[in-house]
Amino acid sequence: MSEVIKIKKGLDIPLKGKADKVFGQAQLPDLFAIKPTDFNGVVPKMVIKEGEKVKAGSVLFFDKYQPDVKFVSPVSGHLEAVIRGERRKILEVVVKSDGKNETVDFGKEDISSLERDTVVKKMQEAGTWPYLRQRPYDVIAKPEHTPKAIYISGFDTAPLAPDYDFIMTGKEKEFQAGIDVLKKLCENIHIGINDEAASKLYLNTKGVEIHRFRGPHPAGNAGIQIHHVMPVNKGETVWTIQPQEVAAVGKLFTTGKHDFSRTIVVAGSEIKKPAYYHTVMGACIAPYISNNINSDEHVRLISGNVLTGTQVSEEGYLGFYHSQLTAIPEGDDYEFMGWAKPGLGKYSISRTYFSWLQPRKEYRLNANMHGGKRPIVVSGVYEKVLPMDILPEQLFKSILVEDIDKMEQLGIYELAEEDVALCEFVCPSKMNLQKILRNGIELMIKELG
Amino acid sequence: MKALRRFIDKIKPHFEKGGKFEKLHSTFDAFETLLFVPNTTNKEGVHVRDAMDMKRTMATVVLALVPALLFGIWNAGYQHFLATGQEADFWPMVGHGFLKVFPIIVVSYVTGLAIEFIFAQIRGHEVNEGFLVSGMLIPLVLPVDIPLWMVAVATAFAVIIGKEVFGGTGMNIWNPALLARAFLFFAYPAYMSGDTIWISGLTSGEGIVDGFSGATALGTAVTTGNIDKFSFMDSFLGIIPGSIGETSALAILIGAFILIYTGVGSWRIMLSVFAGGFLMALGFNAIGSTPLMQIPAWHHLVLGGFAFGAVFMATDPVSATRTTKGKYIYGFLIGVFSIMIRVFNPAYPEGVMLAILLMNTFAPLIDHFVVESNIKQRLKRASVTA
Repeated sequence: MSEVIKIKKGLDIPLKGKADKVFGQAQLPDLFAIKPTDFNGVVPKMVIKEGEKVKAGSVLFFDKYQPDVKFVSPVSGHLEAVIRGERRKILEVVVKSDGKNETVDFGKEDISSLERDTVVKKMQEAGTWPYLRQRPYDVIAKPEHTPKAIYISGFDTAPLAPDYDFIMTGKEKEFQAGIDVLKKLCENIHIGINDEAASKLYLNTKGVEIHRFRGPHPAGNAGIQIHHVMPVNKGETVWTIQPQEVAAVGKLFTTGKHDFSRTIVVAGSEIKKPAYYHTVMGACIAPYISNNINSDEHVRLISGNVLTGTQVSEEGYLGFYHSQLTAIPEGDDYEFMGWAKPGLGKYSISRTYFSWLQPRKEYRLNANMHGGKRPIVVSGVYEKVLPMDILPEQLFKSILVEDIDKMEQLGIYELAEEDVALCEFVCPSKMNLQKILRNGIELMIKELG
Repeated sequence: MKALRRFIDKIKPHFEKGGKFEKLHSTFDAFETLLFVPNTTNKEGVHVRDAMDMKRTMATVVLALVPALLFGIWNAGYQHFLATGQEADFWPMVGHGFLKVFPIIVVSYVTGLAIEFIFAQIRGHEVNEGFLVSGMLIPLVLPVDIPLWMVAVATAFAVIIGKEVFGGTGMNIWNPALLARAFLFFAYPAYMSGDTIWISGLTSGEGIVDGFSGATALGTAVTTGNIDKFSFMDSFLGIIPGSIGETSALAILIGAFILIYTGVGSWRIMLSVFAGGFLMALGFNAIGSTPLMQIPAWHHLVLGGFAFGAVFMATDPVSATRTTKGKYIYGFLIGVFSIMIRVFNPAYPEGVMLAILLMNTFAPLIDHFVVESNIKQRLKRASVTA
């Protein structure tokens, strides 16, 4: 038994609409999409044209700056559309399924005899390479680096997040195979597990080092766990990957096929029956929300969780890395003297609203900003929800003035957007801290490479 | 409320870009957001946000000031009738105090907010809520018999020189309310000290009882060599002469409780100011060569503006240190310097104001050292693992 790392700072936002551990039934949609915007720093170059046939596993586009990093179609069918935004930036690459589910065969391998180069090549060919992301910067891993470790957070503490113990059930073999493959890339594999969960699958996995964590969100973030286990310093990299993706990598090498199936949780206060669903990466979300919304107000649909997810339309698509779909009220209405009311239904980490009288209440929080943007005035709030030895306010200020030395010294290498999402949630000045952090990271990449 | 909303929506276009009253956009926005929490939703980043915003934060501080304000109003009346030797019931005292205190508050808010609105308009920003607190703090640190024009001049000075020249709320170096106080203290020293300004009516000399002195406890200590006239209990409850809001440690403690419990004010700063002041006073007790040194340490903490400064002034997040460790150092030094200046200042036996302004100046330096130590610690970690 390894010792338990207790995370004290942080916050579990008590949202309504947690999913039961049951599976909902829904038809797979016709449309699937891979969104280049899900990948930090990737500039997509299309490989095929609209109308061309694809199989599940055929390359759709690659990264202009790293041509070996390929992004593949999750289903067979044809390229339906390439949706572009401002300045012709590619937003969505949409594939229409033909329902035949033909897949590209990349060939089985005997994992024990594999070389590192073969693993890298195969993962790139099959489009599983983007699963590996690196700290610092939270961008897709660079194969030429040798990371000091590969880190897997085995649980998710974000609001309404899926229970990985539940969704990984039955995937023991693939997971172990995935770990064996990853060991060819880097010997050192760590898994962070929730001390309060059973985590049978992880505990039975061979060849990994287990770390136990206990505490509120963001305890489940890989970045937070890495900080406590093996902090990333200048010049070092640690790769991260999510449990379902490890299983997909395992399956690629044991069956020769890229497994795009995913288990997602559909949750949130506006969902009639919050539940888990079997689906496929990049699926159109329509089947999971049609007849499943219990509100007449405007509803905000989010691929991912309420802190880090991306807003999607009713016809939108699941994000590449997401295993969660959340629906909350939009809250785009005016509230009379809202700042002066007792505010029993309002959630705040402070006790400035009287909702602290009901400690166990679950809230139907909406997407309203609850106030206007202001300069930073109040101090000491970010520190309450960032369980790292980092001075968040000073770091953000160094980013705002583009002081690269300070950014480096104050720990920008250790942070990804998800780690500071709670700081953004509690910020009384309503700053966009995740955006600020990403700007800082982009500046670092530009200046330092 | 729907009718009101409809009315606002109807007139709103006139204040938007290209509208008739485009120049008054900030003003319109300030009133609109005061009446209605805007319907803006999160566009990027987090989808849900904590319900606390700047308006609520500032409103909570104002709420925390209310006990001190109410007590100040009553005490203004009480001291007046005590000085003039008249018998009076509770309500006449409150009534007298109200008539004295309310105009000061009105002048402070009107002057300050007018300047805030003008500057927001010039900059094209939203009006900041910071002055809601400053506007209440300024009256509470002034003596009750102050001429109203002085309130206006001091407020204007504090808002323009103390805040707007630095870029508005969140950018200032010194606490604006204390700056107003300091301005008056140095610009009109004859008014701001002495025995008459602290009790309403004394400056104009209306029917004072023979032998009555309106001096504050600290002033009395200097002139008579002791403070026997002011018991610890009286000083704690606040039935002594002094600035409007500063006398009652009890009312201030209620405010402190509100600030700490809601999480708006920093308990670290409050605690360390009291700790620093107590230890310093204890040290002076041991020397004991002047009357002020002989005041017992615990009594020092409830006299003058010490408690008020510790709870409401030192904790102003903008002018205080911003790092957690820095807060302890900053608070402790405020406590130490408050008592030190109080004891050694020959001109005026009070030091809280100057101590806080001094430490405001040094707050960035303290933060700098805390940040540097964090950087060093992080570097050490790197060399250990390497």
